[in-house]
Amino acid sequence: MSAAAPPKAGLFDCRDSFAKTIEALAEADPRIVTVVSDSVGSSKLGGFRTKFPDRMVNVGIAEQTLVAVGAGLANGGKVPFVSAASCFITGRALEQVKADIAYSNVNVKLIGQSSGVAYGELGPTHHSIEDLAWLRLFNNMKLIVPADPWQTAEAIKAAAAYDGPVFVRVSRMTVPALDRPEGAVFEIGKAETLVEGTDATIIANGTMVHRAVAAAKALAAEGISARVVNMATVNPLDEAVIAVATETGAIVTVEEHSVRGGLGGAVAEVVISTNPVPMRILGFPGFVPTGSAEWLFDNFGLNETGIADAVRQTIARKK
Amino acid sequence: MPSPAAPLKNDLVGDIAAQALWIRRRSFQMVYEAQQGHPGGDFSATDVLATLYFGVMRYDPKNPRDPKRDRFVMSKGHCTGAFYSVLARAGYFPEADLSDYMKPLSKLNGHPNRNYLPGVETNTGPLGHGLPVALGIAIAGQIDNADYRTFVLTGDGELQEGSNWEAALTGGHRKLENLTLIIDRNRLQQGARTEDTASLDPLDDKWRAFGWHVEVVDGHDHAKLLEVLSASPKGRGKPLCVIANTFKGKGVSFMHDNVAWHHGVPNKEQYEQAMRELV
Repeated sequence: MSAAAPPKAGLFDCRDSFAKTIEALAEADPRIVTVVSDSVGSSKLGGFRTKFPDRMVNVGIAEQTLVAVGAGLANGGKVPFVSAASCFITGRALEQVKADIAYSNVNVKLIGQSSGVAYGELGPTHHSIEDLAWLRLFNNMKLIVPADPWQTAEAIKAAAAYDGPVFVRVSRMTVPALDRPEGAVFEIGKAETLVEGTDATIIANGTMVHRAVAAAKALAAEGISARVVNMATVNPLDEAVIAVATETGAIVTVEEHSVRGGLGGAVAEVVISTNPVPMRILGFPGFVPTGSAEWLFDNFGLNETGIADAVRQTIARKK
Repeated sequence: MPSPAAPLKNDLVGDIAAQALWIRRRSFQMVYEAQQGHPGGDFSATDVLATLYFGVMRYDPKNPRDPKRDRFVMSKGHCTGAFYSVLARAGYFPEADLSDYMKPLSKLNGHPNRNYLPGVETNTGPLGHGLPVALGIAIAGQIDNADYRTFVLTGDGELQEGSNWEAALTGGHRKLENLTLIIDRNRLQQGARTEDTASLDPLDDKWRAFGWHVEVVDGHDHAKLLEVLSASPKGRGKPLCVIANTFKGKGVSFMHDNVAWHHGVPNKEQYEQAMRELV
């Protein structure tokens, strides 16, 4: 695994927010335990281990058992946060996620760390750009893709408070803190509109949200009014916000995920059955070459310029 | 919390035998009426199930999520004929419900669902899921220093799933004496003998090598099962693996050790003959 460089000023590694939040929650709630597969450091759970050594279960490099042990701990009255690299906790253990967690409908929180292309140089085995498509099929599992440190903390708190299966996708890619109105609240299933706009709507989540905001600012300078929606919850989707988004006549989705079956696919399912408007889905086409995450974002148009271009092109398709 | 089905007479083994007979008859009726099921494995597992539910485990069917209950995980989730029969007999739901087995909208799914039926701890069906979940339950008990025990019943062919061996490692590593694995060693998987497919022997040595205490018993001997399963785990310092040597189709002559009865279903004559033999 590649060592992460310390965040630049004004940028945050959301794993720090996850770790701080889970430690605080564990102080208050003795039911909270963590489960790892030799993924203590990559989950930034070293502090948790020091504070609560008896409440961390390390099953070794064994993802099927990792997830199943989460289900068993929930049966024993615990609130387990099961944390490992997103590519493995989903793909390697997918049947455990399906049968032991989702279908059994147990109170387990899965934390997909270093998601997307955070391990860019390590190649597609370590990219996790399929995870949301896989998990979105489990209708009762809440899927949350926080966009910044505040939202990561709120998502972890919300996951702990909710009685049922939740997946939270955490990135190690540094992001800025987003500008929000005073008193903003996070609620599972509720999207937030970060920029108002009338000509098009950009729906993004995770590491793409701040890029979408930058694109909207660039578009505003040329007179295009683009709304930006942070769709942090992929399941259940905030369908009301999508319905309103169709009124802008053009929708662009942006995600650090495959274009197949993720946020874009989820939004499209709602759009086609309500008010079809031109749409564009930005993401990765499938397996992608090796390269740093930033290089991959730039190469596949997942940046301010690429998003702004997609908005212009989608507006041009309006009838 | 006494076992609710504790016998009035002082003959626990005799009572377990009577319960096992009832379970065999009732589960075979379920399979006959549904014309679906896995009766060969139902019969190999019946004596273990009867011993656990009527001689070993502490549970209250009226409070099925009691935090202090002993847990049973049915990893061989396809053997619901026997599992549902024992749950009904133990009082988790009315015995009449067994007639709904596998009917549309029935709570008695082909594989158990904890959200439909009290007494089911986790949804199984795909193999190799029960032991890792049971491991997690036992770890919760270890963290809490709780008294409850966790039992899990797997098939033997099922042990070809690698997930079991992941769990075996951690069970041994954590010295989980509150965890008991029972292997229904009938030596037949769906299509052939285990030893002709992907051999498991020496199975006892494998579990010992993973840090487990192993007991090899006749899986149809209620007295012996009762002895090894009800022995206090305190101080053992290891999880317990009971290799229960069994026969698929045990109890019915034409099904005995016959791979065709993995998911064979009886016609009227076979059903009637089985009922004549199961007395």
